[in-house]
Amino acid sequence: MASKGKLARISGPVVVAKGLGDAKLYDVVKVGEEGLAGEIIKIVGDSCVVQVYEDTSGLCPGEPVVCTGEPLSVELGPGILKSIYDGIQRPLDKIREKSGIFIARGIEVPALDRKAKWEFKAAKKKGDKVEVGDIIGEVKETEVITHRILAPHSGKLASLSSGKYTVLDEIGEMEVSGKKVPLRLHTRWTVRKPRPCREKLPPVVPLSTGMRIIDTFSPIAKGGTACIPGPFGSGKTVTQQSLAKWSDAEIVVYIGCGERGNEMTEVLNEFPKLIDPKSGKPLMERTVLIANTSNMPVAAREASVYTGITLAEYYRDMGYGVSLMADSTSRWAEALREISGRLEEMPGEEGYPAYLARKLAEFYERAGRVKTLGSDERYGSVSIIGAVSPPGGDISEPVSQNTLRVTKVFLALDASLAHRRHFPAIHWLNSYSLYTGTLDPWYEENLSADFNGMRNAAMALLQKEAELQEVVQLVGPDALPEKEQEVLVVARMLREDYLQQSAYHDVDAFSSMQKQYLMLRNIMRFHERATGAVELGIQLKNISSAKVREKIGRMKEIPESKMKELEGIYKEIDDEFDALASKR
Amino acid sequence: MKEYKSVTQIAGPLVFVENVSGVGYNELVEVTLPSGEKQKGQVLDISENVAVVQIFGSTSGLNTTSTSVKFLGETMRLGVTDDMLGRVFSGLGEPRDKGPMPVPEDRIDINGAAINPYSRQEPRDFIQTGVSTIDAMNTLVRGQKLPIFSASGLPHNQLAVQIARQAKVKGGEEKEDFAVIFAAVGITHEEAHFFMRDFEKTGALERAVLFLNLANDPSVERIITPRLALTTAEYLAFEKDMHVLVIITDMTNYCEALREIASARQEVPGRRGYPGYMYTDLSTIYERAGRVVGKKGTVTQFPILTMPGDDITHPIPDLTGYITEGQIVLSRELHRKNIYPPVDPLPSLSRLMNLGIGKERTREDHRGVSDQLYAAYANGRDLRSLSAVVGEESLTDVDRKYLRFADEFEKKFITQGPNEDRSIEQTLDLGWDLFSMLPEEELKRVKKEFIGKYAKKPGK
Repeated sequence: MASKGKLARISGPVVVAKGLGDAKLYDVVKVGEEGLAGEIIKIVGDSCVVQVYEDTSGLCPGEPVVCTGEPLSVELGPGILKSIYDGIQRPLDKIREKSGIFIARGIEVPALDRKAKWEFKAAKKKGDKVEVGDIIGEVKETEVITHRILAPHSGKLASLSSGKYTVLDEIGEMEVSGKKVPLRLHTRWTVRKPRPCREKLPPVVPLSTGMRIIDTFSPIAKGGTACIPGPFGSGKTVTQQSLAKWSDAEIVVYIGCGERGNEMTEVLNEFPKLIDPKSGKPLMERTVLIANTSNMPVAAREASVYTGITLAEYYRDMGYGVSLMADSTSRWAEALREISGRLEEMPGEEGYPAYLARKLAEFYERAGRVKTLGSDERYGSVSIIGAVSPPGGDISEPVSQNTLRVTKVFLALDASLAHRRHFPAIHWLNSYSLYTGTLDPWYEENLSADFNGMRNAAMALLQKEAELQEVVQLVGPDALPEKEQEVLVVARMLREDYLQQSAYHDVDAFSSMQKQYLMLRNIMRFHERATGAVELGIQLKNISSAKVREKIGRMKEIPESKMKELEGIYKEIDDEFDALASKR
Repeated sequence: MKEYKSVTQIAGPLVFVENVSGVGYNELVEVTLPSGEKQKGQVLDISENVAVVQIFGSTSGLNTTSTSVKFLGETMRLGVTDDMLGRVFSGLGEPRDKGPMPVPEDRIDINGAAINPYSRQEPRDFIQTGVSTIDAMNTLVRGQKLPIFSASGLPHNQLAVQIARQAKVKGGEEKEDFAVIFAAVGITHEEAHFFMRDFEKTGALERAVLFLNLANDPSVERIITPRLALTTAEYLAFEKDMHVLVIITDMTNYCEALREIASARQEVPGRRGYPGYMYTDLSTIYERAGRVVGKKGTVTQFPILTMPGDDITHPIPDLTGYITEGQIVLSRELHRKNIYPPVDPLPSLSRLMNLGIGKERTREDHRGVSDQLYAAYANGRDLRSLSAVVGEESLTDVDRKYLRFADEFEKKFITQGPNEDRSIEQTLDLGWDLFSMLPEEELKRVKKEFIGKYAKKPGK
């Protein structure tokens, strides 16, 4: 199996090995005396080009290279949640125990703890016939997540017993076409190959994110894809982290791909303290982090998104709704570019390899709502939300453009909004969601019949405002008729009192769909009554100084438990306008 | 130690040596010129018999016949000790102040290793720089990397020395614990002199280590200089428990050197001729800042770069902004108005600000005051361009107040003397002074209770 060769050339993270015999493309190799992990990415005759996941300083030609004969794989089993891994699934907490504050080279640590014992409860018994993907038992992985152990093959159970096991222990045996195969709590899967499912289904349920601009105007579907391109400082990471915190996914996979070290620390420190509004338990209980910061080896950064999506698919197969945040896919594309450059491949646009579009599409295509393998009806989903960091904030560059072609939701971060501290700095007019059509029935059934109409009316107002602003730039606001000035007043309310949302405010950080509906209803009611009042000839001055405006401005601070107050404001709007009308 | 005379090709800073064996990637090299002069270099690419060596220094005077190349068997290391404080070194770490080479306590690989994200601790100690626009609106915390985006002709050096001089943690600290490391990357002799003189005058030199690569020093050396500075910083912070402030100027020269080498190697260029791996390369510099678990010391970085053509979307500021935790942007427009420091608060940002401010850190109203100042100034600036078109008369009363606010903000809040050290309380109170120009209902970003507590009553 393991063939041995010699190093022939070293140039940065890419090395050339010779004499590896029957090594296959994408096989994992161990490079040099220290056994640095790498992956074969090109074979020319007897030479294998290897990308190395660690720093290659000091390697000499002639050092040994060993091929493991296996492609890059991850370990799947209980113990994944609450972990923090690097790009090739090495646990960073264990690495710290071994090598201190810096990451030393050539460290090998198994992804799953070999000593931890898990309480396994069998769901099937000896003699049962099972299909691949059937649940054969359960492990309570964290306070909130039950880890379902799935049958790796179809066949008959020869033995299976509940008890305390480590991930390596045998929990039973299975008969597969006459041969006995041991069962364990963990399996392995190659990261570059999607895990199979029975059927892919269209997404029909929105992912509730608690962010008003997204849930109301550009909803993301469970099992859908979204991209967030934006220049630096426009709030990509804050948006991604808010989504990781408040979206109603059962499992969250957060990939810090080539980004700042301190941001990962922030997630690490914050998530165990934050309480999930649904389960009442810390958010960390359902989260797995993958951190390959910008200064960590570039080849491992390339692998990190695949490691992440494979973990996500694994939980999807158990029947969970999984959200995957990748921050940032541009860094991943740059890793591709860097390695492609070292391979001296013919570059495509802006130096990116010609296969960039295919790789991006393949990655986003691994999202989806699926009917999983197994004889019972189980549904799971993986939603991907990818941040893109276009150079100079200009989204005409290849990574943004190729991402836009495959993702369905576009959340356009805008530097000018960020500069005036309008957060989230997602531009309402430039953003879009192609899911609105398929999700409308859900909103109608589960929220309110008039929600979709209201949302469209609000969007029309914002659009109208943009047109009017152009006129105002030329002639000043006073030159507009009162009716149009009223539009400006309400559009400003929509922007400031509805769309603006502070990720750091304890109440405002999360708005339930119900709260969003009531807030929007109040503003639109104000608009309705104000238009009526203007027609009656009431001066706009009196309308815009209405006392209830202050209350509308503070609606976001009303906690979920006091939703009644929002309904109260609706009445106050009516009362105040009635009073205005009667004064005339 | 292996010595070879088999140089076959010299191209810019690169030397190709043939028939070598047992040479490692990134290994340090000593080249002896025909004249007997010695130069250092590093292996960039090694295959079975050819080594590509990058020379730190001038390659003039080299030839293929009588140049000898010695491979030193290790990657580039820097001998470190706390005796380095108060000393001036060259861009390659040799003493430049006529003093002896300090006796090293340890020799460390200058490329460092990546800090394990799991070992990091959130930076959260507020650093008071005494500059209002930074303290109130772009707060710096210990362990942060916050660059100054400047442009040629702007007073970034003056601002940098002011910050180095005034920076302190609220509540004070032992002077012993503090060190400044200054890395000059390709700056002129005059600029270097300005920094040295200021450090000497204020007595800061005793607590400082200087690495100087000047404009006429070999450009390839510029790749090494910031790494020497950061290796020293990490040593002083994580081994000697010091709080280290690293000032690197000018990162634009660093990137130019990177591009020079890439083109000498005939690599496929990325945007504007800069190599495709520039992001990764810059991150191995900027990410060497922070606060880690179990160590008292911290490394705070203050890199300075000049934006070519004042263009913030140029690859150098762009890639920097994606790595660093915010940026302080200097504005030519403010500078022309004779405002010092010309910090434009609108495009400036500190990402770690929230961790360092608020009750018990600075003051409870800090967040609100900062947001309100931003919003009001941004509004005022918008109205300024509007009034240029339609005239001030057609604006509403409130709008005119915002216009005045923007003017006063620039005059009183942004403007301060190069030696003026404002405490955070003074800065925030100054903000409240300015708010008194606006009607109270416009103050939406500050909590209501703070308006009662801090607002200046008219006539008071």
